[in-house]
Amino acid sequence: MNKIQDNRAWFLVMPVFVIVAMSAIIPLMTVVNYSVQDIFGPGNRVFVGAEWFIDVLGDRRLQEALWRQFLFSGLVLLIEIPLGVMIALTMPKRGWGVSATLVLIALPLLIPWNVIGTIWIIFTRPDIGLFGVIVNALGLGFDHTASPLDAWVTVMLMEVWHWTPLVALLAYAGLRAIPDAYYQAARIDGASAWAIFRYIQLPKMRGVLTIAVLLRFMDSFLIYAEPFVLTGGGPGNSTTFLSIHLVKIAVGQFDLGPAAAFSLIYFLIVLLFCWLFYQALQSVGTGDRA
Amino acid sequence: MRIRKSTIGLLIYLTLTLLPIYWMLNMSLRTNADILENFALIPLNITFDNYIKIFTDEAWYSGYLNSIIYVSINTAISLATALPAAYAFSRFRFLGDKHMFFWLLTNRMAPPAVFLLPFFQLYSTFGLIDTHIAVAISHCLFNVPLAVWILEGFMSGVPREIDETAYVDGYSFPRFFVTVFVPMIRTGIGVTAFFCFMFSWVELLLARTLTTTDAKPIAATMTRTVSATGLDWGLLAAAGILTIVPGALVIWFVRNYMAKGFALGRV
Repeated sequence: MNKIQDNRAWFLVMPVFVIVAMSAIIPLMTVVNYSVQDIFGPGNRVFVGAEWFIDVLGDRRLQEALWRQFLFSGLVLLIEIPLGVMIALTMPKRGWGVSATLVLIALPLLIPWNVIGTIWIIFTRPDIGLFGVIVNALGLGFDHTASPLDAWVTVMLMEVWHWTPLVALLAYAGLRAIPDAYYQAARIDGASAWAIFRYIQLPKMRGVLTIAVLLRFMDSFLIYAEPFVLTGGGPGNSTTFLSIHLVKIAVGQFDLGPAAAFSLIYFLIVLLFCWLFYQALQSVGTGDRA
Repeated sequence: MRIRKSTIGLLIYLTLTLLPIYWMLNMSLRTNADILENFALIPLNITFDNYIKIFTDEAWYSGYLNSIIYVSINTAISLATALPAAYAFSRFRFLGDKHMFFWLLTNRMAPPAVFLLPFFQLYSTFGLIDTHIAVAISHCLFNVPLAVWILEGFMSGVPREIDETAYVDGYSFPRFFVTVFVPMIRTGIGVTAFFCFMFSWVELLLARTLTTTDAKPIAATMTRTVSATGLDWGLLAAAGILTIVPGALVIWFVRNYMAKGFALGRV
């Protein structure tokens, strides 16, 4: 779409800029400030330059947490995006079923994150939890507090259960925004269901899917409350994700300097990947339209 | 035949999705002792004590009211500021537009824990600690960018010709925006409103840091009561079931906007 060059558009953007900048810039500067100083107490601080950054980057535990985090976020995207799109495609398009499925699908999103972890603790308990009892009745000997693999499976299940609805709702709204004329044209051309999906639905969902991919990437990369409540990062360190490690440093050891340096590195990693995803998805979209 | 198969798939997914929620409902209708001792697929001795406690104890129900107040304020602010901005991003090129657009989303990318201390200092300075407006504004940090991004996606799907036709017909910008454009993207507005509500509703860290008693959110009430009484699972489950209700109502109200989609050539 050709856009018109008009700097007066800034007036429309100004309220958003003000309200976000007010909440964003001051905290960010505070963190940058902490990351280059060693703080012993109020009014007693030493400038240490890049020391914390070098410290943090050399930390083996952090590197392990980082790879674990990449694996987790990668799996999240690979599972949730296709699954969400599939659900959106199968959701009813008219009638009472629409309201019912919309409400039912959205339910997991509405539970506060700390409560989700708590509910899954008891849901997966082998003695009194529905999931734990069923899986153990199948003879799998499942216990997420002892086996790292079981812990991973549980955290992934919880994550997919919790967040696939977000992808499904976005994709569904994207699908509903496609005018009927496109489908009628496709029907006249005798297009197959796959062709309709590939050449009409998928390109038209590009906008919402970009948001879905970015949101799921950054939120899963920053995930804290649910796995922390469910597994506490264990067994061992097997589900200690990056933010759990960060909080251990910041709160547990109260090392503000390294924690701030860590936060900035963390932020830059998320930023880099989001930008790459964004660029990739933008160019895929224009390729389709050409 | 193919359609029926996909419907079965959807039903299986819905069933699996509802299992943990059913388990929460199941636990909410039992006493704590019963939950810890027996495995029961269907609760046999149903009790509503957990719900009665929540509805009669002010510490509990005020948490719901507080959450509903700041979440509503936040959703209103997010939509009101994001609508014009998203329009600008979808229709105009202006100085720094691409950078600005991406910068907005970067505010969601920092680990939330880093914002706690600076936010507390900032809002203390303005004397806003423990007010609903403080939580509502702080949640704009992640909701406004999201709202702009979602709305921009939907607005870009509306052909420019519609704007131009409206201007030729003598519509002023505000009148065109409110009477023609907003109804056309109501799918997007419905989705955005729901997501703003949802993300603000489930956020705990900022809401808990910025409040003490008067604006304390329900999620924080739940953690404190739980740890104080040594995990009362029944009460926690009942509170969890009740946290779902407001959001379910919101999506019930916006469902028509989400489901109808827009008809091209409506103008």
